[in-house]
Amino acid sequence: MSELRGVIVSHAAVADALVAAVAAITGIRDALVAISNEGCGNDALAERLRDAVGAGPAVLFVDLPGGSCLTSAARYAKHHADVAVVTGVNLAMLLDFVFHRDVAPADAARRAVDAGAKAIRVTAA
Amino acid sequence: MSLALYRIDDRLIHGQVVVGWGQPLDVAFIVLVDDEVRESEWEQDLYRMGVPPQIDVIFASVAEAVARLDEWERDRRVGILLVGDLDTAEALVAQSNGIRRFNVGGIHHRAGRSERLRYVYLTDDEASRLKRLAGRGVEITAQDVPSARPIPLGEFT
Repeated sequence: MSELRGVIVSHAAVADALVAAVAAITGIRDALVAISNEGCGNDALAERLRDAVGAGPAVLFVDLPGGSCLTSAARYAKHHADVAVVTGVNLAMLLDFVFHRDVAPADAARRAVDAGAKAIRVTAA
Repeated sequence: MSLALYRIDDRLIHGQVVVGWGQPLDVAFIVLVDDEVRESEWEQDLYRMGVPPQIDVIFASVAEAVARLDEWERDRRVGILLVGDLDTAEALVAQSNGIRRFNVGGIHHRAGRSERLRYVYLTDDEASRLKRLAGRGVEITAQDVPSARPIPLGEFT
């Protein structure tokens, strides 16, 4: 099975910043691609998605569970069986994802959600 | 209260609408007027995902919107009416007598369009059509978020 690509779809420069943070922490630079919806209507964002995903399987990491990033990602995944979508992207889930990309997209998506959720907590004062 | 905002935005329901406008206006309902979305449960579910549960989302065809416009204008709650394209805006204005303003919130790049504002791209024909709408008594301004200055039609066409 070919390794998954992660595509982060976000508002403004959130995706770029997350890719940079993953590279800074792990040294892995070829697992993630960033897309911004800046200046995009639905057609332009769909084109950016097509270019970013390429031919291989992928997980699309979207910033919010609604809005233009999600609608474009969900429409893309609807027509591509080897693409899964995760919302609420955070750094913790991406750090886990880049080391576990030899699984099916749906499995990687579930694992990412678990890793991301575990990172959200209230710390002791 | 009535419909506080009539907006043309090709992204339809998204962050600027739900949060950017929805929070300061204390919006209780969003009317999405689009014939294609009205026919697709899948698309409707997708758009609902971006809206908190306390805000009602009404999906309407152009014909349904024309029939219910007075009802929404009389609603005590604050609402936003969204269309995704100029065709729908023109149809609503032509078939109803109640629309006096449209906010251009996002018409993005496509082949043949040129940049008029950072978030408004128009062909010359589309610019002319907006002017014709204005000629029918519809005040048209461009404004992506409430904190931005409403830009009169003459400044971007």
